[in-house]
Amino acid sequence: MAAPLKLPRWADVALVPAVSVVAAFLVAGIVVLFIGEDPLTVTRVLIYGSLGTGYSLGFTLFYATNFIFTGLAVAVAFHAGLFNIGGEGQALLGGIGLALALLFLPVPAFLAIPLGILAAAAFGALWGVVPGYLQAYRGSHIVITTIMFNWLASILSVYLLVNVLRPPTSMNPETPLFPEASFLPAMHELGALVGLELPRSQLNASLFLALIAAWLVWLLIFRSRLGYAIRTVGANPTAAVYAGISPRAVTVIAMAISGALAAGLAVNELMGYQHRLILEFTSGYGFVGIAVALMGRGHPVGIILASLLFGMLYQGGAELAFEVPAITRDMIVVIGGVLILFAGALDGLFKRLVAAAFAARAHQPVAKEA
Amino acid sequence: MDAAGLLALAESSLRLSIPLLCACLAGLWSERSGVIDIGLEGKLLIAAFAAASASYATGSAYWGLLAGIGASVLFALVHGFASISQRGNQIVSGVAINMLAAGLTAVIGNAWYGQGGRTPPLEGDQRFTEFFLGHSILVYVALALVPLTWWVLAKTRFGLRLRAVGEKPAAVDTAGISVVGLRYVAVIIAGVFCGIGGAFIGTALSAGFLPGMTAGKGFIALAALIFAKWRAWPALGACLLFGFLEALSIRLQGVEVPGLGEVPVQAIQALPYAMTVILLAGFVGRAIPPRAAGQPYVKER
Repeated sequence: MAAPLKLPRWADVALVPAVSVVAAFLVAGIVVLFIGEDPLTVTRVLIYGSLGTGYSLGFTLFYATNFIFTGLAVAVAFHAGLFNIGGEGQALLGGIGLALALLFLPVPAFLAIPLGILAAAAFGALWGVVPGYLQAYRGSHIVITTIMFNWLASILSVYLLVNVLRPPTSMNPETPLFPEASFLPAMHELGALVGLELPRSQLNASLFLALIAAWLVWLLIFRSRLGYAIRTVGANPTAAVYAGISPRAVTVIAMAISGALAAGLAVNELMGYQHRLILEFTSGYGFVGIAVALMGRGHPVGIILASLLFGMLYQGGAELAFEVPAITRDMIVVIGGVLILFAGALDGLFKRLVAAAFAARAHQPVAKEA
Repeated sequence: MDAAGLLALAESSLRLSIPLLCACLAGLWSERSGVIDIGLEGKLLIAAFAAASASYATGSAYWGLLAGIGASVLFALVHGFASISQRGNQIVSGVAINMLAAGLTAVIGNAWYGQGGRTPPLEGDQRFTEFFLGHSILVYVALALVPLTWWVLAKTRFGLRLRAVGEKPAAVDTAGISVVGLRYVAVIIAGVFCGIGGAFIGTALSAGFLPGMTAGKGFIALAALIFAKWRAWPALGACLLFGFLEALSIRLQGVEVPGLGEVPVQAIQALPYAMTVILLAGFVGRAIPPRAAGQPYVKER
């Protein structure tokens, strides 16, 4: 094998992910060419469609909120050495939890929002804790269990919506509207309070929740005793035992936090926008969270930046589907897949490429002198 | 339910278990060699799309089958490159394969046919039609893969080496046999099997491609693989069982069962996943994967 890779920290943290992003977009460009469209036009529509107007920026930030939550969820588990691909299921359960709480628990109006958020977090955490427990104490592989839990959650939500929660008068598999006190204020309403006129969009106060969650995750992972334990278990479970840390307990706790974070997606989508529980509201955000966490290198700041990128792709992709009918929004899934492949599975390759480039530059002056 | 009903149920159980069987055996080959494959779903999907569109373009389901296998092997090679050559994370690579397949089939399908990602309906020779006893030839091919897999893995030198690579690659390497080569062969075989399964979905089970039409079959196959404890004959049993459950859930939709009332189909749909979780947790039996599964092989260790 090659000599140990030596890279300046900035290159490792910023340049390697940037190179893999550029490579992923090149691949996406080839796909665009393959179906006979012009990649430059597509890029222009993407950028204008996601950032061009205040309205589209609002939507971009709305989607970014989803990705911050699911990206943080993947990252916290990742720091503990766990691969939680159950974000979809955990977010779904979060949605079920907040719907049950808001529809059936009689609470005073001012408690509705905290209640919904707590219920979502609790149900999401539960759907993360069970696979965590099974991995820690029963030796099941967490990846397989979380995959199975995604499907179980999806089947459960269909059952509940079709057979239990749907009002008898309605044909649509969705719950009645939540009480109005639970609606998270939209950003343009908040703006109006302080005299700002903001364009109407789906963007709501969940964005602040997501940013607070990112800050809390940073505190937790890098500044707290528990975070130290989580990172130690992730780096070396055997060493963690010698340090008096229980990898089993940490596994369960990390999965609880991860599941609760994933449920933030439900808060944004349901309490911030839909105001009722609908089928398949998670629509793949949980999986994109994996790409976000990998690109952001598990750091909250990186995750926020990666979320913005994916928010742009989602909103721009929606515009793209209007402007260039040959291209659907699924293009974003392609880009997500390539990014996961490049930033996740082939990160070693990109690291080596960047290291080789550095080595070549370092050697050049010497070669000239000689 | 009368005799005709039972026969129809058995027929549809068999038909529905075929894609599961192909993907399950594909996973078996890959994981027995030490490469975890959660990209079975993606390979089935891309193969179903390639098979349906090639079949539509050429008018022959056999060209479709070939295209399906080709596309699936291509994806398998991407997975192999990432997890064998680059020693990347096999799970991450599998997730990427699934997303790539879901996205590419929808984008390309929409660009080519403009019907929301669907291929035009296939008819006549564009589909695999009845070959023997009401089933297409792919059903028999898939069933033949079971004894083939068992025989090669259990009785041949190549099979012994392949299994050894999944348990203790260093020992195989010491004997002067290429770990990388064996794993690539296994991953390519997995691609071929998924290609057959995908072609069956796109050109035999239904008349053309629909976005997301594999609907989790690759993951049920993964569950069946765990259920079968990574063995060929039990894999057949597990796939038949899960195929039966799927057929049953379709059949019981809105039917009153005496003594039980109406059984929610979701309860039956959830069974494969719930049973796998319980089995993996060791509450009933124990499923232990190949020892080196998921670990990239580093030579100088």
